[in-house]
Amino acid sequence: MGNPEKEGSVTDWAFIREYLPMYQEAAILTVRIGFLGIAISIVVGLLCSAAQYFKVPVLRAIVAVYVEFSRNTPLLVQLFFIYYGLPKIGIPTDAEMCGVIGLAFLGGSYMAEAFRSGLEAIEPIQMESSLSLGMTGAQAMRYVILPQAVSISVPAFMANVIFLLKETSVFSAISLMDLMFTAKDLIGLYYKTTESLFLLVVFYLLILLPISILGSLLERRLRYAGFGA
Amino acid sequence: MPDLGLEVLFKGKNMARILGGLGVALQISLVSVCISIPLGILLGALMTWKNPVTKAILRLYLEIIRIMPQMVLLFLVYFGTTRAFGWDLSGEASAIIVFTLWGTAEMSDLVRGALISIPVHQYESSAALGLTKAQTYLYIIIPQTIRRLIPLSINLITRMIKTTSLILMIGVVEVLKVAQQIIEANRMASPNAAFGVYLTVLVLYFIACWPISMLAKYLEKRWR
Repeated sequence: MGNPEKEGSVTDWAFIREYLPMYQEAAILTVRIGFLGIAISIVVGLLCSAAQYFKVPVLRAIVAVYVEFSRNTPLLVQLFFIYYGLPKIGIPTDAEMCGVIGLAFLGGSYMAEAFRSGLEAIEPIQMESSLSLGMTGAQAMRYVILPQAVSISVPAFMANVIFLLKETSVFSAISLMDLMFTAKDLIGLYYKTTESLFLLVVFYLLILLPISILGSLLERRLRYAGFGA
Repeated sequence: MPDLGLEVLFKGKNMARILGGLGVALQISLVSVCISIPLGILLGALMTWKNPVTKAILRLYLEIIRIMPQMVLLFLVYFGTTRAFGWDLSGEASAIIVFTLWGTAEMSDLVRGALISIPVHQYESSAALGLTKAQTYLYIIIPQTIRRLIPLSINLITRMIKTTSLILMIGVVEVLKVAQQIIEANRMASPNAAFGVYLTVLVLYFIACWPISMLAKYLEKRWR
């Protein structure tokens, strides 16, 4: 064996080919947990923003506490608490479920804020005008408020999706075999640092780049939807 | 009522150790913030230049940093650069490098956003009133930019603090690592320590970040 420094500087393509399938599996896990978590956070976010918009008593206060708590603590610590802490008081969790719940817990509050800011951006006069035109409350929501609110929320929503997908990188801490875990494992096992990190970056780009591009396209498209702006 | 494992915190110096760990995390984020804010302001101002070359380079830097999860950046610097360049980098140093690179990118985008949000007629009106270029910036543009910028940069601080929890993964002994050590050391005496200790860490992070977020929200509302 020669000088390890020297070996590191030559990219080992055979190694990359050999471990490509492993990364592929890890990427699928990352994407699966990511999208499941994001889907649940959208539901949580919709419910929370609805509770705040319609000023539902009690529920509104609970939502406010949840949003503040979840937004002001790191996902990694939330995951540790869910994964290692909750089983101690008799709530069993397995790693994958824990990842989804953790992501949904964090994402729910971010989504709620995105939707709420969209709804709040529509001035009350729009609702009042719709009602005075003889629309019912539901019609006003459906035809006047929501279309505008949605197009206002889209940039924040897309930013959240990308943010949450990036946050999935902490799942390796609760021993989920995601991309980070695979990379760290291979670095530890074979010292193929350059190759492992190269694959890591490539796979994250494969996941994140299309969504990021989609986000900016969508944003540009929706800019036409606003009136007078 | 099951045992919540909170008693571990009051044993020996455990609470002080946890707070010390939080101190490490806060220190790293503070150092990174202090470097990234001036750098970000500089780069953000450069981004509004018309020069296509600087624009392209800065844009590329911003996009590369933004699209990668911070954890990947940490790995790239901590494992990747040490291997590629053969230097020795401690976990703390890598963390500061990564968070500074990231914070600078985020800050520069905030600055750029704030600068271009000032309508052109503000510049034109100042010129029409006979203000020089320097006066326009000093009295008209910069005060408005700062008002828009301060709440956003305060939010960046809380994001930075939350992100420092990741440095556990590159072997820095911060609050989460200390919590792990305490739980390990007491696994016989109080097997439920994981619940109480991790809950405490969650609450500590909340106490560190929440007032800062509130301040940002308050300023945003007040200066609108």
